[in-house]
Amino acid sequence: MLDSNKDSLKLEAMKRIVAMIARGKNASDLFPAVVKNVACKNIEVKKLVYVYLVRYAEEQQDLALLSISTFQRGLKDPNQLIRASALRVLSSIRVTIIVPIMMLAIKEAASDMSPYVRKTAAHAIPKLYSLDPEQKDQLIEVIEKLLADKTTLVAGSVVMAFEEVCPERIDLIHKNYRKLCNLLIDVEEWGQVVIINMLTRYARTQFLNPNVNESLLEESGEKAFYGSDDEEGKEEKAEAAALAKRKPYVMDPDHRLLLRNTKPLLQSRNAAVVMAVAQLYFHLAPKAEVGVIAKALVRLMRSHSEVQYVVLQNVATMTIKRRGMFEPYLKSFYIRSTDPTQIKILKLEVLTNLANETNISTILREFQTYIKSMDKDFVAATIQAIGRCATNIGEVRDTCLNGLVQLLSNRDELVVAESVVVIKKLLQMQPEQHSDIIKHMAKLTDNIQVPMARASILWLIGEYCEHVPKIAPDVLRKMAKTFTNEEDIVKLQIINLAAKLYLTNSKQTKLLTQYVLNLAKYDQNYDIRDRARFIRQLIVPTDKSGALSKYAKKLFLALKPAPVLESPFKDRDHFQLGSLSHLLNAKAGGYQELPDWPETAPDPSVRNVEVKDSVPEWTKCSSREKRKEKKVEKPFYSDSEEESGPTESADSESDSASGSGSGSESEESGSGSESEESREESESEQEDKEDEEDKRKKKKKTDRGKVKAPAVETTSGKIEESSGAEEKNRAQKVKGRRSGSESESEEEEESESESSRSESESESESESDTDAKKKKKAPVTKPPPKQAKKESKKEKKEMSLLDLDDFEPTPSPQVTPVNNFLSSSLVTDLEGLSLTDTVMAPTTIAPSGSVKTYELLHRITGEGLGVEYCFSRQPFSPDAHMVAVQIMFTNNTNAETKNLHVEDPKLQSGMRIKEFPEIELLPPGEMVTVVMGIDFCDSTQAANFQLCTHIRKFFVSIQPPVGELMMPVFMTENEFKKEQGEKKKLNPSYSIV
Amino acid sequence: MIHSLFLVNSSGDIFLEKHWKSVVSRSVCDYFFEAQERASEPENVPPVIPTPHHYLISVLRHRIYFVAVIQSEVPPLFVIEFLHRVVDTFQDYFGLCTEAAIKDNVVVVYELLEEMLDNGFPLATESNILKELIKPPTILRTVVNTITGSTNVGEQLPTGQLSVVPWRRTGVKYTNNEAYFDVVEEIDAIIDKSGSTITAEIQGVIDACVKLTGMPDLTLSFMNPRLLDDVSFHPCVRFKRWEAERILSFIPPDGNFRLLSYHVSSQNLVAIPVYVKHNITFREGSSQGRFELTLGPKQTMGKAVESVLVSSQLPRGVLNANLNASQGTYTFDPVTKLLTWDVGKINPQKLPSLKGSMSLQAGASKPDENPTIIIQFKIQQMAISGLKVNRLDMYGEKYKPFKGIKYMTKAGKFQVRT
Repeated sequence: MLDSNKDSLKLEAMKRIVAMIARGKNASDLFPAVVKNVACKNIEVKKLVYVYLVRYAEEQQDLALLSISTFQRGLKDPNQLIRASALRVLSSIRVTIIVPIMMLAIKEAASDMSPYVRKTAAHAIPKLYSLDPEQKDQLIEVIEKLLADKTTLVAGSVVMAFEEVCPERIDLIHKNYRKLCNLLIDVEEWGQVVIINMLTRYARTQFLNPNVNESLLEESGEKAFYGSDDEEGKEEKAEAAALAKRKPYVMDPDHRLLLRNTKPLLQSRNAAVVMAVAQLYFHLAPKAEVGVIAKALVRLMRSHSEVQYVVLQNVATMTIKRRGMFEPYLKSFYIRSTDPTQIKILKLEVLTNLANETNISTILREFQTYIKSMDKDFVAATIQAIGRCATNIGEVRDTCLNGLVQLLSNRDELVVAESVVVIKKLLQMQPEQHSDIIKHMAKLTDNIQVPMARASILWLIGEYCEHVPKIAPDVLRKMAKTFTNEEDIVKLQIINLAAKLYLTNSKQTKLLTQYVLNLAKYDQNYDIRDRARFIRQLIVPTDKSGALSKYAKKLFLALKPAPVLESPFKDRDHFQLGSLSHLLNAKAGGYQELPDWPETAPDPSVRNVEVKDSVPEWTKCSSREKRKEKKVEKPFYSDSEEESGPTESADSESDSASGSGSGSESEESGSGSESEESREESESEQEDKEDEEDKRKKKKKTDRGKVKAPAVETTSGKIEESSGAEEKNRAQKVKGRRSGSESESEEEEESESESSRSESESESESESDTDAKKKKKAPVTKPPPKQAKKESKKEKKEMSLLDLDDFEPTPSPQVTPVNNFLSSSLVTDLEGLSLTDTVMAPTTIAPSGSVKTYELLHRITGEGLGVEYCFSRQPFSPDAHMVAVQIMFTNNTNAETKNLHVEDPKLQSGMRIKEFPEIELLPPGEMVTVVMGIDFCDSTQAANFQLCTHIRKFFVSIQPPVGELMMPVFMTENEFKKEQGEKKKLNPSYSIV
Repeated sequence: MIHSLFLVNSSGDIFLEKHWKSVVSRSVCDYFFEAQERASEPENVPPVIPTPHHYLISVLRHRIYFVAVIQSEVPPLFVIEFLHRVVDTFQDYFGLCTEAAIKDNVVVVYELLEEMLDNGFPLATESNILKELIKPPTILRTVVNTITGSTNVGEQLPTGQLSVVPWRRTGVKYTNNEAYFDVVEEIDAIIDKSGSTITAEIQGVIDACVKLTGMPDLTLSFMNPRLLDDVSFHPCVRFKRWEAERILSFIPPDGNFRLLSYHVSSQNLVAIPVYVKHNITFREGSSQGRFELTLGPKQTMGKAVESVLVSSQLPRGVLNANLNASQGTYTFDPVTKLLTWDVGKINPQKLPSLKGSMSLQAGASKPDENPTIIIQFKIQQMAISGLKVNRLDMYGEKYKPFKGIKYMTKAGKFQVRT
């Protein structure tokens, strides 16, 4: 049929063949006939041929080669899906000869346009690796390349390939760590599982243990429980204690990022994802935060019984370490009669682990119901659980014991036997008080047939024969009678009992012991024979009795330590939770050990990526109200940032955002200043434009030379000040405010303040105060923008240049807060004015020094025209609703750029734009700063427009980060204080200095 | 990851095998059969069985064991979850996931498995994408196929995998645009002997059936979202919107899907809609036992309790039950000792009851425990937690859809200890 011309016949034939494969029958002799059809037009026939090919290619390598050319053709197909499927089948054919072809195909596909093909390439990597491990190095290169991929489609697959091929190359992850964290939520669910597991391992190697401090204080009590831990722990503790004293633990922002980005995945519908996040939190999160996973895990308990089984295993391990976490959900672990036995036993385990003084009574009541169950295995497990509760919680020991003794009269033998065993263990802890129980149990020997239980009773009697001196010989007598019919384990205990009695009470039992030992001597079991011989030599005094017999009593009646009943899950947490190895409590093939926390954190900067990471994603999505709030709060955030460094406060997203923001800010400004300086030099050569300006400039230059050194000093001084003395900052702000409100009424003060400014230059200490004052003044002057223009563009250029490079090193959020409350003015205008008055003034005014600049147009794409913008945090005077955006043009070409202007804005509804005045000329190497206003309507939508020069147009867009949208607000001092007080309440990370 | 998959039926035959990497001999299943023999009940087979070279992870659904063979470390839940997804897909395709259905559609099954896993790693598990790749068999299509010789395999190539919303097909068209949402809540409870509640919690789901043209963007808001204590979403739900505004905003998949499942915190008092009066006694020495059971509604807010079904596993010693039901019918299976009583609707005026005697094995001692009673019921038009959908809005498309919402309360794992 396969040779037929008709597709339908071929299809029918293929279907039958596939059905044969499915049933496990051998269809390999049809190989030649099938392979011919690989080029068939019909898609279904083709697919079935693929199925066949992948199944049998290994067995018929030579013939399989016939089909390769078809796939190679497929790899060049314009349709991405065909390319992908060709690669998929090609890589699935396990024929060693085609390894080079596969390698080539994978490499090509890894740089394919389509992410889907790249994903397939990622899938193909482990296939090739399993076929030929020697290709590892080349494959790692491909993996490295694919790891840098930005699409969610690829991320999951490539990490999977990474895990299979080179899980030890953790260094490949550094650069992609942040990207993976951010993409995580959008990756398909199976990929999420793999990525989370990998990141858990990664984080263990790169970050510090967040629980270092807690583990010292709190766990010391707990740890005593786990003997082995303690030994190692002590050294570490000593070290860690020293470490902790030196510096309090500060969480790496990347660590925080991981925790934050995985948290929503607890809500996934996929149990595997939830479990992966849970184990991540368990292994990585600070103790206080681990609790969030409990709820999600309890939810999984509703799922299929297999899922329950796995989850309960993990919960059981977690409850040992962190009992408090699951205590609120105690009732969710109550057992239903319909649960499968293995689930019941696991639930029992969890309940036992959760038991403590407060809830033990309810748990025991539950246990009482369970004992009546029909499921005998479960009942036995319950009895053991009761025993464990009793040993762990002293208060209920007697109650438990009484309950168990009652069970001794149960009709079911298994129950009785199990309780005997458990009682034996309990009694060992305090035998003195319970001789009547021992007596009671002695009576049971007549009825109980279960060997383990009989042996237990005999052991008990032997061990505590002083407490029951009358009964013990009697029991031995009975046992001696039935000795030959007993099980081996019972026989051994009879011998033991006899030996012990002989030592304590030889008068009554001498003959009995002899008898028992004689019986044992001829037993079939050599263990018993050995034991009998050994004991006889030891206890029966003979002429040549060795030195040992003197110590026989000590040997037999030594005080034996009470057994510790502990959970079988006790030590499992050294396996990564949720892993197969953990489930089996044995290392599975390919298991990657979870590394211990490093003593000191490796360099976090390896994760820095060159590409400017603009605003983190989540800021876009925050609600409108939040944004408004933030707008006002902003200064406080930056304040608190300043003093506490990278805080790890969990609550405030915005906090950490501004943190990261400021981090990159300083970097940028650092690099910025260098270039600026070099530019400045070149600039000095072309000063011959306007006479007046010229003079001024020269003066400036010379002055600058002098001033520069002190300026640097002052700024560095300021840094110290600002970081150290917050108080000053605040006082200054208040002063600024006051002066601001004053100046509203009195306009004349302006001139005064200006003069004061020139006076105050010398004193850098008082400067900051007056500085703020000055800025308050500035609004009053309200010079219209046109006037500013009149001041001449040229000058403006200079000014911004000047103050930029002077102030870049100052991380001066101490000034920015003031700016935010500034009434109204244009930065540039202000600077312009001040500069004309006193040359040195700009060194003290740096309103926008710390403002983050964004790139609008890179100088490469802009053909030499580089454009940067920043939010100057100044009110835009023509329209209060608009946000002032300061735009800096730099001409990096050798030719002049003319007629710079804005054209054709494409805006979201409601958004408005106030264009900056056209820049007629920008000479080579020069820089121009202008201000434009954009009303973003409180949204974070980007404003798109065209930037036109006389030759070209560039499409650009400005997208505001949330914190930059602000409104000028007028306030009196009192109002300000009131606001401030409220904010303090709102923001817990804010501390009062 | 996953090497091979074997499907084993209840009588222990392997009726389907599929290998994604090199072939693993089916003799590996012998370890599984051993474990199966050891287990007293079918569901007691451990889900993970280690063998010398492989690990077997199995799932039991519809009395078929799905046994996956893996060779190295992999999160077990990953495999289990995937196997369940496979079963769900089969169910979606064939209506039933029985041995017969799988055998009849073995080719489709094979094609599906081929698409779902690539080299043992899940590739396409969204039912929407799969349906685009491989069309589900319907009676009509089988007839057409046999006549025209056309195929089940999608003619055009799947685009869903490439899109940003992988769960939705592109180019969906309907003449009637409708969206239905079912809020179904299940009460899990354990009631003790005296009738007091030991534990009770509400688990709810919102199942949706959305048949809308194009790419609609829906938002669903609740009157009282605070009730939802713990939720898990279909991947389509925008989590951030939920965090911020407690609104479900999503582009729905096409057809049936589970939008959300939630948990109502156990702190809230759960109203138990039925009560049971029972008196089950066995006397020492006699071979007779008494059995009395009466059901009644409480706290149902005037809604009728329907489809009530009572079942109880009687002790092994019980030979037969001679009972009298005031309403509905009862059956007693002397082999499994399972008593079921199909009550139907509870009439508050005339409470249904089941009374009579049980005969025990002569000479056997009195069973030492009383059976647990499991109750199933349904209450229409009520969500017991009080959850209410406020409104459903659609954006992104012009037409006006028909919207429907239905509430229902069911018994989940509802047990009464006696």
